[in-house]
Amino acid sequence: MLETLFPNVDGADMWEATLETIYMTAMSTLFTFIIGLVLGIVLFLTAPNQLWANKIVNWLTGAFVNIFRSIPFIILIILLIPFTKFLIGSIRGPNAALPALIIGAAPFYARMVLIALKEIDKGVIEAARSMGATTWTIIRKVLLPESKPALISGITVTAIALVGYTAMAGIIGAGGLGTLAFLDGFQRSREDVTLMATIAILVIVFIVQFIGDYLTRKADKR
Amino acid sequence: MIDLKGLTKVFDTGKARLTAVDHVDLTVPAGEIFGIIGYSGAGKSTLIRLLNGLEKPSEGSVEINGQNITAISGPKLRKARQKVSMIFQHFNLLWSRTVRENIEFPLEIAGVGKEERRKRSAELIELVGLEGRESAYPAQLSGGQKQRVGIARALANDPEVLLCDEATSALDPQTTDAILELLVDINKRLGLTIVLITHEMHVIRKICHRVAVMEGGRVVELGEVLHVFQHPKETITKRFVAQVTETEDSAETVRHLREQYPEGQLVKLIFVGDQAEQPILTQLIREYQVEVNIVHGNISHTQRGAYGTLILQLKGTTDEISKALAFLGAHDVQTEVMGNA
Repeated sequence: MLETLFPNVDGADMWEATLETIYMTAMSTLFTFIIGLVLGIVLFLTAPNQLWANKIVNWLTGAFVNIFRSIPFIILIILLIPFTKFLIGSIRGPNAALPALIIGAAPFYARMVLIALKEIDKGVIEAARSMGATTWTIIRKVLLPESKPALISGITVTAIALVGYTAMAGIIGAGGLGTLAFLDGFQRSREDVTLMATIAILVIVFIVQFIGDYLTRKADKR
Repeated sequence: MIDLKGLTKVFDTGKARLTAVDHVDLTVPAGEIFGIIGYSGAGKSTLIRLLNGLEKPSEGSVEINGQNITAISGPKLRKARQKVSMIFQHFNLLWSRTVRENIEFPLEIAGVGKEERRKRSAELIELVGLEGRESAYPAQLSGGQKQRVGIARALANDPEVLLCDEATSALDPQTTDAILELLVDINKRLGLTIVLITHEMHVIRKICHRVAVMEGGRVVELGEVLHVFQHPKETITKRFVAQVTETEDSAETVRHLREQYPEGQLVKLIFVGDQAEQPILTQLIREYQVEVNIVHGNISHTQRGAYGTLILQLKGTTDEISKALAFLGAHDVQTEVMGNA
């Protein structure tokens, strides 16, 4: 039945493209999480009246985050071609998509981290200070655990956005379901391939959302 | 134990300069429960935060157990803070940690090993009466239980001083009393010096030995709680005292009482400390030819004895009444004739 509905879909190709999409999403989510977290924490702690209050660092980080968050992703990929070539040695394939994916998504996640950290009760940070905690201890044992549900739901939203970004990157040759849908499906007028690729992307998104929701619920003890 | 000299904190908000704490000099001996009372904005929150270096003073010094808190910073200050712990109005527990993990938090900060932490937290859970709730999360606890966790957490590193920042203001009256009793118990058992700030006079009355009244960043009145209750000097102090003793001697009440009891003489008696517990009235009735009618009474118990007022209607000959009053005077009961009928 699948063959009558999707005559042009090659199972092996589809599977390979799905794995590439998963690979790009997973790697970029991982690095986005780390970089976004660091940027978010810096934004939070350098704000006025915070532990590392520093106008210059706060302004620079804020400017970096705002600029890269505002550039449309498709333009960012093109702008980053020289950087990607230098870093990866090529501008084709899943790895070549990673720099643009991470640089596009990390500032977005940094904003979410900042919002999550701002939600933490100031009194709890004061209590930790009154116990003689170092800033590092406060980050590790207060800021991160107390904002965990928001950090997880934030990275879930970001990961889903990244699935979409990988498809966009696919159009310029990153591989994955985006490339398959565009080159194999759209350009060769095989609507069934495009449709199947879309279904595969939806399944990935649903799975990411499900896992994210589950982890958020589990982390929240409020 | 605690020595404040010329302590001043000015907040510079760009446009305006706000003097939150204005040249405060205070000495709190070891083992004392010292209360600071004031309305919001009086500077008491800032003052208590100067004691553990959460705020840096603009002028003056804070010395705790011989160590100048204002002169140290970094690792030394963090070490000192482990000996000056704090509890808060809104408890400030980590919701992501269980009761036990919250209590172990300061021990983790102090670098105590896991086994030792477990042992210490078990002791503290028992001390504050939270057995059986070790694995509960703060969200599953009542306000009083949360404050007990806060207290256990504050005691984890064997502090010398406990700072209480409106620790009972978010609790209902019964829970407030239970928490205050726990604080007195800890003060007696561990010899801990306690400094508390509040806007509620009954907290001061119930547990404090001495009290400082703050207004506009200054300490306007200071003394033994009992003494301050008897002889409040400042208007603001009188207002606070009235919170717990009621205003039975306001002109309005006096006129009302006179209308109600037109015969004989109305006399207000003020009992302080020991006399409040002696059967002076019984003696008075037995020995003098006066008829005694209790019109109004109020006794407050403080840490250093009771304080009470009683309004009596005395009926009898003028001679007998003045003899009776002399008798009361001889027993150190202050009397005040509120007027004849």
